[in-house]
Amino acid sequence: MRAVLPFLRNSWRQLTSMRTALVLLFLLAVAAVPGSLFPQRSIKFEDVRAYYETHPDVAPMLDRLWAFDVFAAPWFAAIYLLLFTSLIGCVTPRMRDQIRALRKPPPGAPRNFGRLPHHASLESAHEPSFKGWRTRRRELPDGTVTVSAEKGYLKETGNLLFHSALLLVLLGMGIGSQWGWHANRLLVLDEEFCNSLQQYDDFGLGPQVDAADLPPFCLKLSDFSVSYQDSGMAKSFEATVNGDQKFSVNHPLRLDGASVYLLGHGYAAVIRYTDAQGNSQTTVSPFLPLDDMLTSEGVASFPDAAKQVGFEGLYLPTNGMGRSKHPEENDPALMLMAYEGDLGLDAGIDGSVYKLDKARLNPVGDATLLRKGDTWTLGDGSKVEFLGTRPWITMTIRHDPGQPIVLVGALLLIIGLPLSLYGKRRRVWWRLNPDGTAEAGGLPKTDYPGFAEEFAKVTKCPTPS
Amino acid sequence: MSDTLLTVTVMAYLAAMLLHAADYAFGHRGIVAKALVGAGGPPVSAVSPVSPVSAVDEKPAPRTQAGRLAILVTALAAAAHLGTAVTRALEANRLPWGNMYEFVIMVTFVGVAVWLAIAFLYPDIRHLGLFVTLVLVLLTGIAGLVLHTPVGPLVPALDSYWFPVHIGAAALSSGLFLVGFAATLMYMLRAGYDAGKRGGLYPFGRYIASAEAVERLAFRMHAFAFPIWTFAVAAGSIWAEAAWGRYWGWDPKETWAFISWIVYAGYLHARATPSVKRRTAAWIAIIGWATMLMNLFGVNIFFNGLHSYGGV
Repeated sequence: MRAVLPFLRNSWRQLTSMRTALVLLFLLAVAAVPGSLFPQRSIKFEDVRAYYETHPDVAPMLDRLWAFDVFAAPWFAAIYLLLFTSLIGCVTPRMRDQIRALRKPPPGAPRNFGRLPHHASLESAHEPSFKGWRTRRRELPDGTVTVSAEKGYLKETGNLLFHSALLLVLLGMGIGSQWGWHANRLLVLDEEFCNSLQQYDDFGLGPQVDAADLPPFCLKLSDFSVSYQDSGMAKSFEATVNGDQKFSVNHPLRLDGASVYLLGHGYAAVIRYTDAQGNSQTTVSPFLPLDDMLTSEGVASFPDAAKQVGFEGLYLPTNGMGRSKHPEENDPALMLMAYEGDLGLDAGIDGSVYKLDKARLNPVGDATLLRKGDTWTLGDGSKVEFLGTRPWITMTIRHDPGQPIVLVGALLLIIGLPLSLYGKRRRVWWRLNPDGTAEAGGLPKTDYPGFAEEFAKVTKCPTPS
Repeated sequence: MSDTLLTVTVMAYLAAMLLHAADYAFGHRGIVAKALVGAGGPPVSAVSPVSPVSAVDEKPAPRTQAGRLAILVTALAAAAHLGTAVTRALEANRLPWGNMYEFVIMVTFVGVAVWLAIAFLYPDIRHLGLFVTLVLVLLTGIAGLVLHTPVGPLVPALDSYWFPVHIGAAALSSGLFLVGFAATLMYMLRAGYDAGKRGGLYPFGRYIASAEAVERLAFRMHAFAFPIWTFAVAAGSIWAEAAWGRYWGWDPKETWAFISWIVYAGYLHARATPSVKRRTAAWIAIIGWATMLMNLFGVNIFFNGLHSYGGV
């Protein structure tokens, strides 16, 4: 037991040493590398699934090692937690020392200036002014007068500010991950949704967030405007919700308790199917883009028709040879493939709304190209009409309560860093001896070129040594 | 116009490099002169590529203007380099920082501008321009041959006032880290030469005056660049929140920016720790530059992330 305490103290001293900090910093850098080499679930989980398919034997083992969730991995957390412990352990006593140094006056002059790196005997006994320095004048009983001057406290203050700000950033990130949430969805023009989990395509809630905590608001997409270059690249796009609230990339919609960010856009096909008995149904089906020219594919299902029917479609805003030539609707064309039979929706098995379950479907007729307003009459007398398109947007809605804390931390970081790097801590003493001679000595805490000139200027001695 | 100026720029850096090389060979500090001066004194070093000259001839070789001309041509090349960037900006009607080609042009220009400032203030180290122009020829050449894309407008995601702030700070700090890396390389060469090493590139250490001075230059470059790099990453995060919805998402570029930041922080820590040798710190700086190269080139080429614009 008696050996434990010194062991702990020694270990703590090792942990808070600079060398350990160096090693841990290096480890942290190396640990982050696999986060860029392997697909990460947090960025794009489809890529992880694809990796499983291309590397079926290695992927499960990598997954167990947290290769697909590096930044949430326990071993990654261990490194930065150790690093921050080392930081706290080093910064706390230094902060105490700095506060003490700020309150105490500069120390008295050493007896022998010759021992200092800079010293000189002065010709005149004129007391230097030391303007801008923190000074303390002392008069000793034997008649000696000394002035101690110190400058450059900001260096250590900046250093401590910088390192404390790092802690603040970590705190902000922690708060954000615990109390933050995000959700994504696709919204077609004139469609409205409200902020509740069931209405989202996918979502993530922080551990401390409950579904009931989501702020109540509803958004209806009232307008979407987009302009393209001739090359097909988007020039600008902007969405308007609830009539007057506009948002676009770089200009998110700031609501109370959440922010709405515009991600992407595309076209939804409006299709009306009239069955053999004359009952018609209109669907608005979002088609998902396959390439930059917005060649999009989608599905339109009609489970309530006399005979269940479904269509697979390829939409080309500007008709080309099987691919769209431009994302603008210069020559819109919809290629449809018809299927009839059992859509499989009644069985209650979940599937994607963007794909048809063709297990119990039979193709009907040939693939047909429809322009806006065209009608395709199928063999049994039913008709399908391509009425037109409506734009849709994808957006992500996010709340991160830790964000302002991280921002403040980042600002303090940026202020503290140059102070700590460029600050120079130095002391100069001046002594007037009882016999009337004067001498000066200087000690730069961190050696830097230029102190000699500063020493000469401050003490006004013509030949510094 | 911009592409023509780029060709001029690369050719001019090449010319400056050849002039520096000529200065090495034939200038008053060059190999031939040393061989001539050294004759009759201590035995000529086995490294000298020139065969030992007769001991009778002790007249030093005439000093060529090649060195001075090399700096002048570098300055002219830098002017053409600036012209490349400016004409590109005028052609595209925006700041020329929209894709990797334009970014590399910017970073190398910062590098040559810093180099010319140093060469102006410290004439003694002008001959080190051989290394600088070599790197510039390589980088601008790669930019022109491999990375070049035709002029085009910015994607909407880049249309923000953060564009000059974030990318400008990243370009400036990258250029400064470039100069810091070159200085670190020179320190390793000179320090190795002082320690007696003669293999590989170490003979070049002879042309570097003082290991300590060049190491201090390296430190000052890194200490100057690091806060700007920190600011660049922070500005990028603030912009990312407005553009992508979150301030940090471990996108490959973000991850490698984090890695280089950590490594350079390690360099500064090493430099501030008395028990860590200068050579160790120099190695950390070299690793830091490798991470910067990975960040600048590797991420765009090998990974597909949010930072891929213009195809690369």
